[in-house]
Amino acid sequence: MPDLLSGWGRTAPTAATVVRPRDVEHVSELLAAPTHRGVAARGLGRSYGDSAQNAGGLVLDLTGLNQILDLDLTTGVLRAQAGVRLDSLLRRIVAAGWFLPVTPGTSAVTVGGAIAADVHGKNHHRDGSLGRYVLSITVAIPDADVVTVTAKSDPELFFATLGGMGLTGIIVESTIQLMPIANSMMSVNTTRAANLDQLLEELMKAEANNRYGVAWLDCLASGRSMGRGIVTSGDHATSDETSGRRTAQPRSHSGESATPGTRSFTPPCGFVTRGTIAALNELWFRKSPTHKAGEILPFEKFFYPLDRVRGWNRLYGPSGFLQHQCVVPEESTLRFILAELAKARVPVALAVLKRFGPGTPGPLSFPRPGWTLALDIATRAPELAPILDKIDDLVADSGGTIYLAKDSRVRPELIPVMYPRLSEWNAIRDRVDPNRRLVSDQSRRLSL
Amino acid sequence: MINSLGEPQSLALFGGTSEIGLAIATQLARRRTRRIVLAGRNEAELSNASRDLIGAGASEVDTVIFDAANTADHDVLIEKVFVGGDIDVVVLAFGLLGDQTQSENDPDRAVEIVNVNYVGAMSVGLRAATVLRKQGHGTLVVLSSVAGERARRSNFVYGSSKAGLDAFAQGLGDSLVGTGVRVLIVRPGFVRTKMTADLPQAPFEISASEVADAVIKALHSPREIVWVPGQMRFIMSGIRHLPRSVFRRLTF
Repeated sequence: MPDLLSGWGRTAPTAATVVRPRDVEHVSELLAAPTHRGVAARGLGRSYGDSAQNAGGLVLDLTGLNQILDLDLTTGVLRAQAGVRLDSLLRRIVAAGWFLPVTPGTSAVTVGGAIAADVHGKNHHRDGSLGRYVLSITVAIPDADVVTVTAKSDPELFFATLGGMGLTGIIVESTIQLMPIANSMMSVNTTRAANLDQLLEELMKAEANNRYGVAWLDCLASGRSMGRGIVTSGDHATSDETSGRRTAQPRSHSGESATPGTRSFTPPCGFVTRGTIAALNELWFRKSPTHKAGEILPFEKFFYPLDRVRGWNRLYGPSGFLQHQCVVPEESTLRFILAELAKARVPVALAVLKRFGPGTPGPLSFPRPGWTLALDIATRAPELAPILDKIDDLVADSGGTIYLAKDSRVRPELIPVMYPRLSEWNAIRDRVDPNRRLVSDQSRRLSL
Repeated sequence: MINSLGEPQSLALFGGTSEIGLAIATQLARRRTRRIVLAGRNEAELSNASRDLIGAGASEVDTVIFDAANTADHDVLIEKVFVGGDIDVVVLAFGLLGDQTQSENDPDRAVEIVNVNYVGAMSVGLRAATVLRKQGHGTLVVLSSVAGERARRSNFVYGSSKAGLDAFAQGLGDSLVGTGVRVLIVRPGFVRTKMTADLPQAPFEISASEVADAVIKALHSPREIVWVPGQMRFIMSGIRHLPRSVFRRLTF
């Protein structure tokens, strides 16, 4: 009996045969066995859309490949299997004085998934995406062997796999350069901005002075308060900043690995409505300090606030939700998009804004210099399709793009415009997977 | 693939010249649907319809000759419809209204109606469901009718064919839970189309495009049954509970 799979947004579920490989050989075996609808790789299913599902075909659940193979505590070089979870990895490395060079907004993802999406974090403006710290990737390729590639040994396949959504080979292992930290705490600054001009100014200032920086935006505020929000920035705390404090060991907040007694909150279904969003936005805005600097917080609170709420994706009700994340080079485009959202009164539940620095040379890697805006919206919001299509057009026209790890609905025609190096990426797939055994619902939907 | 906002990319319409079916196809073509297969009886009408759908935004419309009552041909038919790849949404929109008096005087006419509306739909529905199950995704939209909720004196041949169809579609939907395939049952009230052009004005009359609107909306929700207009659900609930002695005296 096949399993019904969907992404984190819980939209467009499809059925597939799910197999959890025991080891790398098993992955190769499964990849070589005949299937009529191909194979997709899946980690913890945190991609919002349909990138880790394969209707009618085979899905490899890689969470069984969960071994940390080597951790050099003097150089910070980590070799780990693809299914290792970031939260369990952090439990090992933080205590030893190392941290992920780039982390997404949740620690409930696998290393393999993070590479396949070439994830970015709040430090992108300064440190780039995860791909910059990947030293080697081991991939299982259809009809071939398992190969280990580096930026030197096979730059085409290496970079095509960073952000390649698992379609250039199944990532089974990787080597990553970690970043040294003094302790597990963060020094955090918070600033409230009353309107969009102020917010953009504060965000740029914060990012110029801090390793990490991000802004939360109230998309329902209108008139003079349009674009109001809160800028959060910070860096890993130095030993001086935490002297005399007891620095806590990292804990797990994720549902699956939560130890008994760990408090996590399971939200009621269908809680997110226009009314509750407006009320919570107001509350959050008012409770935030006008300006606060140097607050010492555990890293989980800074990086993964939502990991504390188990299954928060259920808040959006049975129709699910989507996240639309784009990057646009120009501030003027960003302003235009925000104005369109306000005009159409789109009930955006969560909006996050930050600036990207230079991108990674992966042909399908998402980050490129400019502004990135991520919008969480319940799919039952009326007339959502035309407004998002319009935003996609603005993004494509401006030389920007949308993030495939979040996408669940973009028009396929726009992909070659948003990703101008698509044909280069497809040429590499012709080399490693000419029969297109590696597929996903997303690759079908977007004709990738 | 259907996207997170319930917009399919491919569509197969059985009853390829049905007004309600084409209203659904047109609205979908205006959005994401690029590949459409029309299955119907009249080649000339099918090619007219495909031209209109290209105009609405479809990029590829194939036509297949299809007779609902000729179930012996349905295996080949389904093969032809799915030959171009996955179909995200299959719509069963064919049906005969017939004339009640004529049916009562000539039972062969009644059998013909049932063979199209019920037997034909079951034949195509079961075959399509098998292919969709293999795909691991897809929605089967079944055009039922409020007439099937309780068969009326004035229209019970048609009504009973729709009652059978509706019961079949409910059971099929239940059998497909967990397979990635969904059955969406549409129960319109009185729809003003060429099929009903000669009939007198009815309460809560709706147009084919209103039915299409409701279907488009339901595709973008987890619903399994949609009434058009929405009030029909409550009206029919009342009618279902009327004593027969009262119900048979109602003139509609």
